[in-house]
Amino acid sequence: MSIKIDRDRCVGCQRCTVVCPGSLIEMQAGKAVMKYPRDCWGCASCVKECPAEAIAFFLGADIGGSGSTMTVSESGDVLHWKIHCWDGTVKVIDVDRKNANQY
Amino acid sequence: MSKKLCTIKLYTDVLIIGGGTAGCYAALTVSRRSGLSVLIAEKANIWRSGCLAAGVNAINAYIVPGHTPQDYVRYAANDANGIVRPDLLLTAAERFNAVTADLEKLGLVILKNKDGSYAARGNRNIKINGENLKPLLAKAVQQASNVQVLNHVNMTDLLVQDGRVFGAVGFSLQDAVLYDIRAGAVLIATGGAAGLYRPNNPGFSRHKMWYPPFNTGAGYAMGIRAGAEMTTFEMRFIALRCKDTIAPTGTIAQGVHARQVNARGDVYEKQYGRTTSERVYGTVRENQLGHGPCYLQTSGISPEQERDLLKAYLNMAPSQTLKWVESGCLPGRQDVEIEGTEPYIVGGHTASGYWVNTQRESTIHALYAAGDVAGGCPQKYVTGALAEGEIAAEDIIRKYRKVKQPSALDVQVQCIAAAYETILKEQTPVYSTEELEEAMQKVMDVYAGGISSNYQFNEKQLSIAADKIDRLTALSSYVAAENMHELLFAYELKDRLTVCKVLIAHLMSRKETRWHAFNENLDYPNTNDRYLGYVNSRMIGGKLQILFRDLVKGASYEHKD
Ligand SMILES: Cc1cc2nc3c(=O)[nH]c(=O)nc-3n(C[C@H](O)[C@H](O)[C@H](O)COP(=O)(O)OP(=O)(O)OC[C@H]3O[C@@H](n4cnc5c(N)ncnc54)[C@H](O)[C@@H]3O)c2cc1C
Ligand code: SF4
Ligand code: SF4
Repeated sequence: MSIKIDRDRCVGCQRCTVVCPGSLIEMQAGKAVMKYPRDCWGCASCVKECPAEAIAFFLGADIGGSGSTMTVSESGDVLHWKIHCWDGTVKVIDVDRKNANQY
Repeated sequence: MSKKLCTIKLYTDVLIIGGGTAGCYAALTVSRRSGLSVLIAEKANIWRSGCLAAGVNAINAYIVPGHTPQDYVRYAANDANGIVRPDLLLTAAERFNAVTADLEKLGLVILKNKDGSYAARGNRNIKINGENLKPLLAKAVQQASNVQVLNHVNMTDLLVQDGRVFGAVGFSLQDAVLYDIRAGAVLIATGGAAGLYRPNNPGFSRHKMWYPPFNTGAGYAMGIRAGAEMTTFEMRFIALRCKDTIAPTGTIAQGVHARQVNARGDVYEKQYGRTTSERVYGTVRENQLGHGPCYLQTSGISPEQERDLLKAYLNMAPSQTLKWVESGCLPGRQDVEIEGTEPYIVGGHTASGYWVNTQRESTIHALYAAGDVAGGCPQKYVTGALAEGEIAAEDIIRKYRKVKQPSALDVQVQCIAAAYETILKEQTPVYSTEELEEAMQKVMDVYAGGISSNYQFNEKQLSIAADKIDRLTALSSYVAAENMHELLFAYELKDRLTVCKVLIAHLMSRKETRWHAFNENLDYPNTNDRYLGYVNSRMIGGKLQILFRDLVKGASYEHKD
């Protein structure tokens, strides 16, 4: 369980470095770098915070990951969770922050 | 990095160590109800730090219509087989609903029935969207008057003299700076301790654990070193979670009423009982008997239920949704495999933590504890952490008086600075912090009842664990750090080792099995009413002392001895 940061997409806003509860992300030459990939809790805070969809969340192979990644974009109260599947398909799940969990 | 640290000295009326759930709410309370200045020192950034980072799935502790706070006390006491502080439970439970109403004012979305009342989930829960609970709290703190937040500052030591606290010391993760913070009162709200035991996934995904791996027991450790009394560490918490992702199971169990079944499809939960520890134990036993794996029976749920589950998990444990989608094994088609996690010390779920009076003051004068770091009050969860932050803050305000800082404390601060600088000195020790952490987790796993030993142990194993933890503690004084972040890793290791030492001593002292899995002593497999009381401990002159205390019966408790 960890994240990968796409250098080309990163706009250097530093928001991910601020929110990570483990302070695991650092800025290097104006770009965010995941300094401690093995220390990621998988909370997805940085993924949600990134305005450029530069941070992709993935499951380690040791916990059954099959190579898909997940990014998030936001419009108003809606979070668009995009799962980029290993076979090239993309599945989007929208979650409205104004709606409570049904369970 | 071989350099001298620069010292920044700060004064505040109230110092809050840890800006998580309890810490943020305590800061808000002091700000709303007094003119006292507050300083929060937080090792990460309060925006998403601590347990609430990913979001939570429900308000787990709420008094739903038809129930009373007294019912909650009875429920939690029964679940903990009697080892609770009724005064702490009652004072927290009396506030569950008021703090929830306040959260709603701050912006928390709560599911409502048609008549506007909150939608209950079972007898004690209500349904919410907890994805942004922490940013909502953090925003309120940022807007509060007289509250200053120091983000990315890790606190390590309390400044205590003659049984009273005068402040605390820590360091910046970003700059070569030591913070010497002096205060009239200090609240510890650093959460519980994860990472003591070898985790479920010890390889690449080692931090994919239930409890935040960044809550390393620092608050316990600094209190232990300063001589504060701790209680009930032996009541470890082991969570029953979705396999691999370690995502919560309650949403499935209570949301779509999925039952716990073994590989044969038998509903085994009835056989073992339904307390929190019995549910874990049942799953362990079924695996031992060769009936594993165990599952939550979700196959056959409706497409709507499945869709709602995918969304609910994105709001609190997004890895579970990713797992379902990428594997194609959606919950409607395949049951969800479950497993027990490694043990944690966490006062929000079980009763481990600081021994406090009813107002949440510890045995050190003017030092308070709230949330997962405070003991005696299991199953307090989010609302209990908020309630305890509020109770502590009210008492701080009530009793506040300015103090003269004793000059002898400056020497203490110099010693702490020297300790930091020693670790930061250029050196090449044989073992890295990471290697010693791995060794500690293995010792705890094998000899102190971790996953590999089915959470069970005997006295001989515990004494081996105690010996090995002492040796690792000795080795930990030689670890080196190249930068401030590595200094943090060094302290996290030291703090965990301190917590392990106390935990083992507690496990040894309760010579019975009061809770399956949480404290499963194979030399004493039954409960023994001689132990229907608290096991407490205190470090005096470098020696750990165990104290047995009688159950507190009344509605309030004050420290006497
Ligand atoms: C994954 C998960 C899901 C949960 N889900 C629910 C739920 O659905 N419903 C519910 O009611 N409860 C839930 N709980 C329980 C609840 O979230 C906790 O009991 C509660 O938030 C604990 O609050 P706290 O203030 O004690 O700890 P936290 O909120 O974790 O705060 C501790 C803070 O201290 C900081 N800190 C730690 N060490 C130091 C140091 N040395 N110096 C400075 N700062 C430090 C941390 O970074 C953190 O910000 C969940 C817990 C977890 C872990
Ligand atoms: S997922 Fe969470 S723990 Fe991991 S890097 Fe992002 S913010 Fe940090
Ligand atoms: S939040 Fe995204 S864009 Fe901003 S620094 Fe981090 S990776 Fe780059």
